[in-house]
Amino acid sequence: MTNRYWDALTTPLIGQNPITLQILGICSALAVTTTLQTALVMSAAVTCVLALSGASVSTIRRFIPRSVRIIVQITIIASLVIIVDQMLKAFAFEISLRLSVFVGLIVTNCIVLGRAEGFAMGHGVIASTLDGIGNGLGYSLILLLVGAIREFFGHGSLFGFQILWTTAQGGGFDPLQLMLLPPSAFFIIGGIIWLIRARRPEQVDRSEFRIRGESREEGR
Amino acid sequence: MNASVELLLRSAFIDNLALSFFLGMCTFLAVSKRVDTAFGVGLAIVCVQTVTVPVNNLIYEYILAPGALAWAGLDDVDLSFLSLIAFIGVIAAMVQILEMLLEFRIPRLYRALGIFLPLITVNCAILGGTLFMVERHYTFAESVIYGFGTGVGWALAIVMLAAIRERLKYSDIPDGLQGLGMSFMVVGLMSLGFMAFSGLG
Repeated sequence: MTNRYWDALTTPLIGQNPITLQILGICSALAVTTTLQTALVMSAAVTCVLALSGASVSTIRRFIPRSVRIIVQITIIASLVIIVDQMLKAFAFEISLRLSVFVGLIVTNCIVLGRAEGFAMGHGVIASTLDGIGNGLGYSLILLLVGAIREFFGHGSLFGFQILWTTAQGGGFDPLQLMLLPPSAFFIIGGIIWLIRARRPEQVDRSEFRIRGESREEGR
Repeated sequence: MNASVELLLRSAFIDNLALSFFLGMCTFLAVSKRVDTAFGVGLAIVCVQTVTVPVNNLIYEYILAPGALAWAGLDDVDLSFLSLIAFIGVIAAMVQILEMLLEFRIPRLYRALGIFLPLITVNCAILGGTLFMVERHYTFAESVIYGFGTGVGWALAIVMLAAIRERLKYSDIPDGLQGLGMSFMVVGLMSLGFMAFSGLG
């Protein structure tokens, strides 16, 4: 019993990671990772929304008519996101300005709706909450990794603390401007996916197309 | 006139929603395997985006913005905290209306779009466009141009990615990088290419 809950919490970390395997919630993962701080706040916000939406959707899952379930789920998620958004504006106004529209975009983040529809509709409250937290943590893991790489090479700092002194400050480190620009996020996530799949070959997409000469060689 | 052309170019190329703001990435990566489906999705996005951004603009201007209810005699009511729910409701309704219209008027296009039309409701490019419109305080005319421009830019990007991925089938890619990993690398390169447009502005 406890084992099943543990599984719901830990499999989304790497084995079923929402970003690298399920291709969910990539939009916000890329945009907010220029510094670790924004990445951390964003991960916390998404994890909260995921856990709460999992819990509330699963609580009322027996009373939702099938035909309107998507609308009900979206409304629940949107209300939760509004709460998170207002909390951020009240307690961390500067960060909420830097995250700009991306907090609001958690509404359409496919992870949240995907887990509500795919897991919370068919499982109990505790399992759904843990599944939400697990997926939130899997998402946070990738976000923090990308955020750390981008901030370290782009600013020479982590969490705003200077680690490598840049040439502008009299040190010897020349910051990589590319790391602060959108393309770098794609390359880093592509690299992370490559790393994970090199270690876990079962995650590799099957190629739908095989070159003829190649298959003949295999046949021999 | 000049300013509106500039806004159109800006929203389609420099501020491309897919390649510089990463919006609509899930759809972007999931349905870009073939050029014809990518084209269908792109078309649907252009339609929905061109309608929803101006409609949401009107709703925000006359109902939700701080002090917007002055015409009803309620000067100090600020409903802007409801904007997320209102916007997502408008988007869902618009997609539904568009779906019904297409089904009766242009059934061929309706069949071509298939499942992708309802999925647009949860596409972040649509909601993102609306939220950017609010954040940047566009007027009604500007929001029409902005909605159309961002839609076209997104459609252009997904058709290009699909074309590249069709060609990628013939290339020899390392095992772990096949599929998703390679798509990310390609999108990264495209995004680098699109950054060259920033000289336009």
